Amino acid sequence: MKDISCKLLVIGAGPGGYVCAIRAGQLGIDTVIVEAKKIGGTCLNVGCIPSKALIHAAEEFEKIERIASGASPLGISAGKPALDLSKTVLWKEGIVGRLNNGVSGLLKRAEVKVVEGWARFRDGKTVEVETEIGPQVIRAEQVVIATGSDAIELPFLPFGGNVISSTGALALTEVPSKLVVVGAGYIGLELGTAFAKIGAAVTVVEAEGRILPQYDAELTRPVAKRLRELDIEVLTGAKAKGLASKGEALSIEAADGKVVTLAVDKILVTVGRKPATEGWDLDAIDLDMDGPFIRIDDKCRTSMRGIYAIGDVTGEPMLAHRATAQGEMVAGIVAGEKRSWDKVCIPAVCFTDPEIVTAGLSPDQAKAAGIEFKTGLFPFRANGRAMTLEKEAGFIRVVARADNHLLLGIQGVGAGIAELSAGFSLALEMGARLEDVAATIHAHPTQSESLLEAALMALGHPMHI
Amino acid sequence: MTEHVIRLPDVGEGVAEAELVEWHVKIGDLVREDTILAAVMTDKATVEIPSSVEGEIVWLGAEIGDVVAVGSDLVRLKVRGEDNSSAPTGAQVAPRAKAPAAETAESARLAKRPIDDSFESAPAATALPESATGRPIRTAPFRQFARGAPRPEGEKPLAAPAVRLRAREAGVDLRQVPGTGPAGRITHEDLDAFFAQGPGMARAPGLQPRTAVEDIKVVGLRRRIAEKMSISNSRIPHITYVEEVDVTGLEELRATLNKQKRHDQPKLTLLPFLMRAMVRAIVEQPNLNALFDDEAGVVHQHAGVHIGIAAQTSAGLMVPVVRHAEALDLWGCGAEMNRLAEAAKNGTATRDELSGSTITITSLGTMGGVVTTPIINHPEVAIIGVNKMMVRPVWDGSAFIPRKMMNLSSSFDHRVVDGFDAALFVQRIKTLLETPALIFMEG
Repeated sequence: MKDISCKLLVIGAGPGGYVCAIRAGQLGIDTVIVEAKKIGGTCLNVGCIPSKALIHAAEEFEKIERIASGASPLGISAGKPALDLSKTVLWKEGIVGRLNNGVSGLLKRAEVKVVEGWARFRDGKTVEVETEIGPQVIRAEQVVIATGSDAIELPFLPFGGNVISSTGALALTEVPSKLVVVGAGYIGLELGTAFAKIGAAVTVVEAEGRILPQYDAELTRPVAKRLRELDIEVLTGAKAKGLASKGEALSIEAADGKVVTLAVDKILVTVGRKPATEGWDLDAIDLDMDGPFIRIDDKCRTSMRGIYAIGDVTGEPMLAHRATAQGEMVAGIVAGEKRSWDKVCIPAVCFTDPEIVTAGLSPDQAKAAGIEFKTGLFPFRANGRAMTLEKEAGFIRVVARADNHLLLGIQGVGAGIAELSAGFSLALEMGARLEDVAATIHAHPTQSESLLEAALMALGHPMHI
Repeated sequence: MTEHVIRLPDVGEGVAEAELVEWHVKIGDLVREDTILAAVMTDKATVEIPSSVEGEIVWLGAEIGDVVAVGSDLVRLKVRGEDNSSAPTGAQVAPRAKAPAAETAESARLAKRPIDDSFESAPAATALPESATGRPIRTAPFRQFARGAPRPEGEKPLAAPAVRLRAREAGVDLRQVPGTGPAGRITHEDLDAFFAQGPGMARAPGLQPRTAVEDIKVVGLRRRIAEKMSISNSRIPHITYVEEVDVTGLEELRATLNKQKRHDQPKLTLLPFLMRAMVRAIVEQPNLNALFDDEAGVVHQHAGVHIGIAAQTSAGLMVPVVRHAEALDLWGCGAEMNRLAEAAKNGTATRDELSGSTITITSLGTMGGVVTTPIINHPEVAIIGVNKMMVRPVWDGSAFIPRKMMNLSSSFDHRVVDGFDAALFVQRIKTLLETPALIFMEG
C-alpha cells in the first residue's frame, strides 16, 4: 500500500483525538486520524453516552415503579411497568450510532482522512497501521497520541464469564438478578444504581472506608442515603478476593476480616482506569513518563519534539472534556497559534443519584493549599423548585478566598445538578468573586438559585434560610 | 436637560487650594450620585470629590498636578431634569462663556460662591446615551499603572479566558500586567494600558533593546517629597557623622523586656531606646532640638522633643511625629510610634500627626545598610540615621569576640552645629545605648 504523508497524525479518535483532528482540519492542516475500534472512543461508544442512556432508562423505570407502588404523593396511578432491556440497549445503540455518524461526518467535512486499524510506532515520525487490507505506513511531521485508557483488570478477577467491565455492563440484554459491583467509584455507583433501579439486587464492595473516596464526605452523604433507599448494600472496608462456586459466587474479606461469599450473577469490576500505553510500541520512541502516564508540559508536548499527547493517557483527571480541551489546544499549537494550558478548573460530574458536580477547590483542598477561605452552603430543601421536583436532597456549596472573596471552588450534589456545572466553571474561569455571583440575577424558580444563595451565605447574609 | 457644575469644595482647615492628583472619570463617562470624580491633595491629606448628581461628564477643569482653588469649577455634567440649585444670577453664568483656563482663574477669585450650580445648556447636545452600560468607564493608563497592586509572588494572574488569549497571542506574560479589576482581575483595559506603555514588549525571544520612555508626572505626595528634599539639600550644608555602637547589652535588655512585658504593652524595637537616649542627650545639647528659620536668622530651640520617624508607606515617604517624647516612657514611645506608623501606612494620619517635629530619626530596619547620608528634615538641624545591626568581631584586647554592632549615620546643619558638637551628641547617644542603664538613671 502506498505510504501516506501528512502534517498531523492523531492516534485515537476519542473525544480528545477527534476534536484535535477536526480543529486541525478546520485550520487547514493536512490531518490523518487512526482508530482501531470505533470513532468516538470510550466516551461515545462504551462510556459517557451509553451509560447516561442506561441511567436515564433506569430512572424512568424507577419513577413509574414508584408510582405503581402507590408511593407517589402526586395523585398519579399506573400499572406495574415492565422492562425489555434488549430494547433499551437497541435504543442506546441507536444514539451511539447517530453520534458515530455525526463525528465521522464532521471529520469528513474538516477533510480529515480516517484510517481504521491498530497503529504502532516505528519511530517518532512514522507509524504503521494494521488495516483490514494490510499494513499502512503513515509519515507525519507531528503526532498526537490520544490512545485513552482501559478499565483496570484485577488479576484475581479477570474479565470474562460473569466478570464484566463497564463496557460489558452496558451491553447486558438481561437484568442480572444479583449484581456485585467491585469498587465504589463514580463508574461503579452510576451503573450499580441504574441496575438496582431496573430490578437487580446490587451489592457494592469498596476497599476504602466510604463510597466515592475521591470526593469529600459532605458531598457523598446524600448519595449514600439514596443507595440505602434503593436497597443497595454497600460493604465498605471490604476487599474482593476471587471467584468461588465455579463463578457463581464472589468471596470477599469483610471489614471485620471475615471471609464472606456472595452469590452473584454478574460481577462488575470498576476499580479505576489505566492509561492505554501498551501494544503500540511506545518503547520505539522512548518518551518520558510520569508514573504510568505520558509526561506532558503545558502545551501537551511530550519529551520528543513534534509528539504531543492528550487525554487519559496523560493523567488525571481522566475526563472527556479535559481531553477535548487539550485536543483543541494542540490543534491550535500545530497551526502556529500561541496557546498553553491555563484553565482554572476542570469540572467533574458524577451521574449518581443524586448527581455530584465539583469545580475548583474543595474546602479540604483549599485548606491543604494554605489558603484562608470561607464557604457557603445552601440546601435544596430550602429551594422551591427542588420541592416541586420532589428532589430536595443535596446542596450547593461555594468556597472563596477570605481576603478578596475570589471564588476558589463550587460543588454541589442534587438531582439534575450536572446541568448547573456550566455556571460553576464559568464563574471560576472568569475569576468571579462572591459578590459577582450574588449580584447576578438567577432565574426563579430554578435550582440554580441555590448558587446565588450559597454565595450570599458565604457573604454572611443569606436570603432564604 | 441642564448642565451642572461641580466645584472644588472647601476641603477643610482653612485650605484655599488643593492639588489635583487623580481623575477617576473622563469626558463622556456616565456617573451616578456619589461616584468619585477626582482626588485632590491638601498638605498631606488626600480628599476624594464625589459627584452630587447623576449625569454625563462634559468638561474637566484641571489636569493632574494642577493646583486648583477652592470654589473653582472642577467638572461639568449634563444632567436630566430641573436645576437643583437656586436660580443662577447673571454674574454666575457669565464665566461659562469664557475659555476653560480663564474661567478657572476667574472662579478662583470667587471662592465664596455656592459650590454647585446648574444652568440651561444648548438642547441640541444634551441627549444622554440610551444605555448606561454601553460606555464602560475607562480610565487613563497612568492611573491604572499607579493603581495596579503588585501580585504576591507565585500567585496566578486572574483574568477571564478572552483576556488570557489576547495576552498570549501578543506574547505578553500576564504576571507582568497590573490588574485593576475586583480582586486584582486583569481586564481588557488593563491589557490596553499595558500595550500602550510598551508596544512589542517581550514579543521576540532573546534579549531585545527596549526603547520606550514612560513619562511619569510627579504629583501629590511625591511632588511634596521632591520639593522638601530640594530645599533641605540645597539650603542646608550637611555634615554627616558615622559612629558604630555596641548594642549587645541593649539587645539583651530589649529581649528581656519583651519577654516580661505586659500583654497590653507593645513589642519594643530598638527605636524607643534611641528616642529615650536622644531625649537625654538633648538635655545636655538643647541646640540640636531646634528649627532654624534661615530667612529670619533665628534658631527656635524647643523645650519639647517632638521626634519625627521617617516611615515608608505605599504612597511614599512620610514622617509621623511622636510628640513630647520627653514626657513618654520607653513603652509610651514604643506604643505611640507604632500607632503613628500604622496611621501613616493606612492613610489615616492627621495633618497634626504629620508635622511639628523638632528632630528626626530615619531607619530602614534590616535594609539599613552600613552607612547612609541622611538628609535633614528642613527646618530641623539634626537627623539620626539607624543602620543595620549585625554581629561583628570586636577585638577586646586579647581575642576577637562576637558583638552586636550597629552604625548611626547622623547629619547636622553645619551652619548652626559645629562638627565638634555633632560628634559630642552622637558620642553621648552611643554611651547611653552601650550602657542602657544610663538611659533610665535619674539625675
